[in-house]
Amino acid sequence: MFRKILIANRGEIAVRILRACRELGIRSVAVYSEADRAAMHVLSADEAYPIGPALAAESYLNMANILHAAKLSGADAIHPGYGFLSENAKFAQACADARVKFIGPSPASMERLGSKTRARQQMERAGIVVVPGSSRGLHSKEQAAEVAAKIGYPVMLKAAAGGGGKGMRLVEDARQLGSAFETAQSEALRAFGDGEVYLEKAILNPRHIEMQVLADEHGNTVYLGERECSVQRRHQKVLEEAPSPRVDHDLRRRMGEAAVRVAQTGGYSNAGTVEFLVDQDRQFYFLEMNTRLQVEHPVTELVTGLDLVHLQIRIAAQEKLPFGQHDIRLRGHAIECRIYAEDPDNNYFPSPGKISLLVEPSGPGIRHDSGIYEDWTVPSEYDPLLAKLIGYGSDRAQAVARLERALGEYFVGGIKTNLSLFRRILGDADFRAGKIDTGYLGRLLETARSNPDSQPAAIAAIAAGWFAMLDSQAAASGNGSRASTGDASLSGWKRAARFEGVSRIDLGSGRSSHSS
Amino acid sequence: MLYEVTIDDQTYRLELVRYEEGWKCRLDGNEVEVNGVLARQDVLSLLIDGNAYEIKRERTPTGIYLSLGSRRYSAEVRDPRSLRGRRRRGDDDQGLKKLLAPMPGIVVRLLLHENAQVEVGQGVLVVEAMKMQNEVQSPKKGVVQKILVDVGAAVNAGDVLAIVE
Repeated sequence: MFRKILIANRGEIAVRILRACRELGIRSVAVYSEADRAAMHVLSADEAYPIGPALAAESYLNMANILHAAKLSGADAIHPGYGFLSENAKFAQACADARVKFIGPSPASMERLGSKTRARQQMERAGIVVVPGSSRGLHSKEQAAEVAAKIGYPVMLKAAAGGGGKGMRLVEDARQLGSAFETAQSEALRAFGDGEVYLEKAILNPRHIEMQVLADEHGNTVYLGERECSVQRRHQKVLEEAPSPRVDHDLRRRMGEAAVRVAQTGGYSNAGTVEFLVDQDRQFYFLEMNTRLQVEHPVTELVTGLDLVHLQIRIAAQEKLPFGQHDIRLRGHAIECRIYAEDPDNNYFPSPGKISLLVEPSGPGIRHDSGIYEDWTVPSEYDPLLAKLIGYGSDRAQAVARLERALGEYFVGGIKTNLSLFRRILGDADFRAGKIDTGYLGRLLETARSNPDSQPAAIAAIAAGWFAMLDSQAAASGNGSRASTGDASLSGWKRAARFEGVSRIDLGSGRSSHSS
Repeated sequence: MLYEVTIDDQTYRLELVRYEEGWKCRLDGNEVEVNGVLARQDVLSLLIDGNAYEIKRERTPTGIYLSLGSRRYSAEVRDPRSLRGRRRRGDDDQGLKKLLAPMPGIVVRLLLHENAQVEVGQGVLVVEAMKMQNEVQSPKKGVVQKILVDVGAAVNAGDVLAIVE
């Protein structure tokens, strides 16, 4: 077993991984950019090393700096988390070269399954149904038009090096294809360093259902049940759940077995996820495979009772899977909300800044994976995921009720968050009935918001006055608390007058004096 | 203590009077019995008529906000004795209003010039941050008295960008 693991990531996932290390008696090493010196993962880890300036490219994506930190710390393994270098085969290879175990699949299987076009080719060879389309990159808009005409519009143009919903473009008819193809190519080149683009049939309002797989390095591969991830905004997942309300026992088995075949075809080991699109007739099509741990892994952990990060570490340490497919039971229902520092009233504009007040939910069936704390300043340089709030219950209705209750307890002051979005989703009749697909959230956001259940503003008025009264009391009593300095409506001279009574203690002499 | 409180667009007159058992509250002349305690900084518990309310305060560069349940209100508290000039019914919200930068960024566009008329909610200038543009709007109807920044200026959250009278 490893003595020391370096976590090549930040935020909530870095905290989650170091917790697993602590639980396994393994020393954790955090790495941090200049913007993250006071971040939670740095505070909580056993060791911490700086890896560069705030910009991700110079720190969390800087392989040399990270490997240097591994060397300095003597870490014998690296957990890459999700995003950043987690699906970078070059990094996985560099770790191997540096004799530090990369907690994840081999570089070869990452390359085989990570490129979307290569993965499609493999699936076709393995007899797994893929979304109809091109399995090779398209080299011209004429070729794209040919393929599109064959599979039929509407089609989806996609970047082969893309993922996580980025680099996709819907084309409704032949007239739009030429310019869409050229734009998609240049965008892909800019965003992923690779302009390869391919085409798939656009399935109307599919459900995005993915299957968690786990494989040890001894050839044992299992599936751990599916996750429903159809609630998306602009192809970015916002809310996920396990199991899927749409998947019955038989479909689960067929999708699970297909996912295992995908993993085996690619020589996969460690944790991974096979994504499928499921159409309205419950036909499923391979979409892509994510060769890493995913953001939404907690919902699978809750319904299976397994700790995926513990298992990742054990697998990397050459242990065999301690269970077989027949041992895996799903129990209960879990739903996860991704809490982002974004302003829902301003087009989800990122909202970095200082968290002035944080009230966190807890209680029955609530799991909160967070990377934030009160008084921390959310930096602007990274993906603004603050925390994941997960509700678990014996059935879907109870999970929804617990999550709604927890959202009512959750308060983040000082920055904007998308908490209000989840209140809307969980209160929506279609969501509660499980009637969701990838078009669901777009449709919900287009409908006018119903008047929020509002307490009379009069209560707020009384509270405003009460706060002001407390502020002036605090100032008058001279304890100089923060409460007395914050009321922006007091004029400067008035604020100064309030401080007349404040004693000043001269630290040198220990004598106190009054300011005049 | 006497306060003039504006919650979103509505203004109330609030009196808080100390008595033996606590504070008596008079809101727009109506007496309300209130039991209040500060739970922690910026978190207030009010018991009114047996109902329990938990109000959280946020002090931001653009003003004070109070959250109650899922509702968030902007709040302004003034001591009426310090008001300059008289306030007549039906007048626009009196006094100079400062337009503050809501976040760090760069001023990319001035939508109005000094001395231009402006309506409530009308954009006065545009600040860009993280590749998105944000319109800074006038909170009142009036006249742009002064614009304090040029196009291209880098601003921090809370910086005064313009003044509307």
